[in-house]
Amino acid sequence: MRIRLLSTMAAVVGLTLGAVTGAASAADPIKVGAIISATGPASFLGDPEKKVLELYADRVNQAGGVAGRTVQLTVYDDGGAADKAASFTKRLIESDKVDVIVGGTTTAATMAAAPLVERGEVPFISLAGAVVIVEPVKKWVFKTPHTDRMAAEKVMDDLKKRGLTKLALVSEDSGFGKSGREQTLAVAKERGIELVADETYGAKDTDVTAQLTKIRNNAAAQAVLVFGLGQGPAVVTKNYRQLGITLPLYQSHGVASKEYIRLAGGAAEGVRLPAAGLVVASQLADSDPQKKVVVEFTKVYEEAFSSEVSTFAGHAYDGLMIALDAVKRAGGTDKAKLRDAIEQTKGYVGTGGIVTMSAKDHMGLSLDAFHMVEVKQGDWALVK
Amino acid sequence: MFAELLQYMLSGLTIGAIYALAGLGFSIIYNASHVINFAQGEFIMIGGMASATLTASGVPLPLAILIGCGGAMLVGVAVAKFAVERARDASTVTLIIITIGASIFLRGLAELVWGKDFKRLDAFSGETPIQFLGASMQPQSLWVVGCAGVLIVAIGLFFNKTLTGKAMLATSHNRLAAQLVGIDVKRVVLASFALSAALGAVGGAVVAPITFSYTEMGIMLGLKGFTAAVLGGLGHGPGAVAGGLIVGVAEALGAGYISSAYKDAVAFVIILAVLLFMPNGLFGKRGAERV
Repeated sequence: MRIRLLSTMAAVVGLTLGAVTGAASAADPIKVGAIISATGPASFLGDPEKKVLELYADRVNQAGGVAGRTVQLTVYDDGGAADKAASFTKRLIESDKVDVIVGGTTTAATMAAAPLVERGEVPFISLAGAVVIVEPVKKWVFKTPHTDRMAAEKVMDDLKKRGLTKLALVSEDSGFGKSGREQTLAVAKERGIELVADETYGAKDTDVTAQLTKIRNNAAAQAVLVFGLGQGPAVVTKNYRQLGITLPLYQSHGVASKEYIRLAGGAAEGVRLPAAGLVVASQLADSDPQKKVVVEFTKVYEEAFSSEVSTFAGHAYDGLMIALDAVKRAGGTDKAKLRDAIEQTKGYVGTGGIVTMSAKDHMGLSLDAFHMVEVKQGDWALVK
Repeated sequence: MFAELLQYMLSGLTIGAIYALAGLGFSIIYNASHVINFAQGEFIMIGGMASATLTASGVPLPLAILIGCGGAMLVGVAVAKFAVERARDASTVTLIIITIGASIFLRGLAELVWGKDFKRLDAFSGETPIQFLGASMQPQSLWVVGCAGVLIVAIGLFFNKTLTGKAMLATSHNRLAAQLVGIDVKRVVLASFALSAALGAVGGAVVAPITFSYTEMGIMLGLKGFTAAVLGGLGHGPGAVAGGLIVGVAEALGAGYISSAYKDAVAFVIILAVLLFMPNGLFGKRGAERV
């Protein structure tokens, strides 16, 4: 499915210097391509992402575009299948000839698209979580969400604060979960946390009691960390309470949407997870530079779609804004210059945190971008 | 040790009961029409989605389940009437492919009607776990196993005690002879689809509080149900029930004792082994044509 948001505004508004650089390029729209998992198992990530891209492309155009040029958005839905993501990426590069690609909702889709953008030399800002996307650094690949490594670090820091050293891990059998598992193993070693159990479950499993029973019978475990996306972690949470396990339960940032609390219901009470400032927008301190951005984004999103904002929507917003900001600074859409401009993004305040990229860091977020939150009475509460 | 085994068994029996219902659905339709209906999983999905969304909008649960059930039956009859019946002269393989097409169509339709997100249905009688000899289970598991049990018995009685049921049974044994003694075979096929759909829909509704419902929930449940039906011997009702329970328990034991990563593989290893080594299943007697 393709959706084209053709510009409705032809007028060239002199917003920045870019408008002066020449009439020919000013008339061309900025072609932004996107591969999003708007349907399929990752749709709860992809659906808000797609909506946000469309909403903000529209808003930017109504405000006169970027550097006098309108934004033309082409979105393809990969349905959560990595092979489709790859073929749509090819189409975006070869037949749509886009200037920049935002997307790859899942790690698997992103990794399928990565070699193609590297070969096609098109800047690519992924919306997926795993650290493998930007480590090792790929010349044309960037990402906006926090990595699983950061999530693991944040959780282990919290464990240490509580004086716990023995962790049981339950990870999902998906790109996100597998990468999260690897990172957790690595971070645990670095930080002196002992992993006493290492279980997995399938992304569509409806019952995880077998795995959790093993953990319950493991006397050494002091806390449990779940690494997964979507309904899986909610199933784990329900089974966890069903089995009467009382150890502290941690989730990854993969469930940082109200959907998780709604699905898991009362079972989610007391669960802790690292999340972007966006989910606790109103609880952030007024001095927090992110506060203004996230409160504004939340307002716009909730007014437009009358549904609760999720961090995934925020990742798409950040991706689009970083790309457009780079277009401004690069003075056009020359791909090499645009890539350099994205890499030089500095101090961009987004929904995920404050982004400062470099040649070595194609994500640009520090651990401060994460806040530890706890589910209290069906809502997120900042852990102080 | 024992508590652990018991825990796995309980988990396996719960999900196995749903596989059994799905497997029974496959068998009923297979008996009446020799079609393997791969839209069976979608009937489960319709039941789960309808009951979750209707209760969310204030309809009492029993009514929601009834509406879901009725909706699924209508859909089942429509699939039989407009897809399967029209291609009556086509080969069995073609008919099976038609049902796969129907399942994809139904999933797409459901996505349009209900959206793509996961729906939550509250457990029928609370979520306080029941402790049992060191194992624990959700009260909903009892509902699942209980409903499946009641339905299976009811289906058994229907086939053996009522005239309609006997007519359906007769059709499965010999279609031509059944036609000769005045059984309306076409209606038998329609009835079999409606019956399977109703079974699936109730299964979907009772299992929804455990699994959540979403438009793609039927894919895996349908395939596992198919495994159950094949394991029990296609067309053999009690066989399908036993097959479902075996697949469910094997999965849970596999996840518990071998590795949770291979949980789904267990069912598919079973189906491969059955097709290779005993294509008639555990209980199937006659040498039916396999596809």
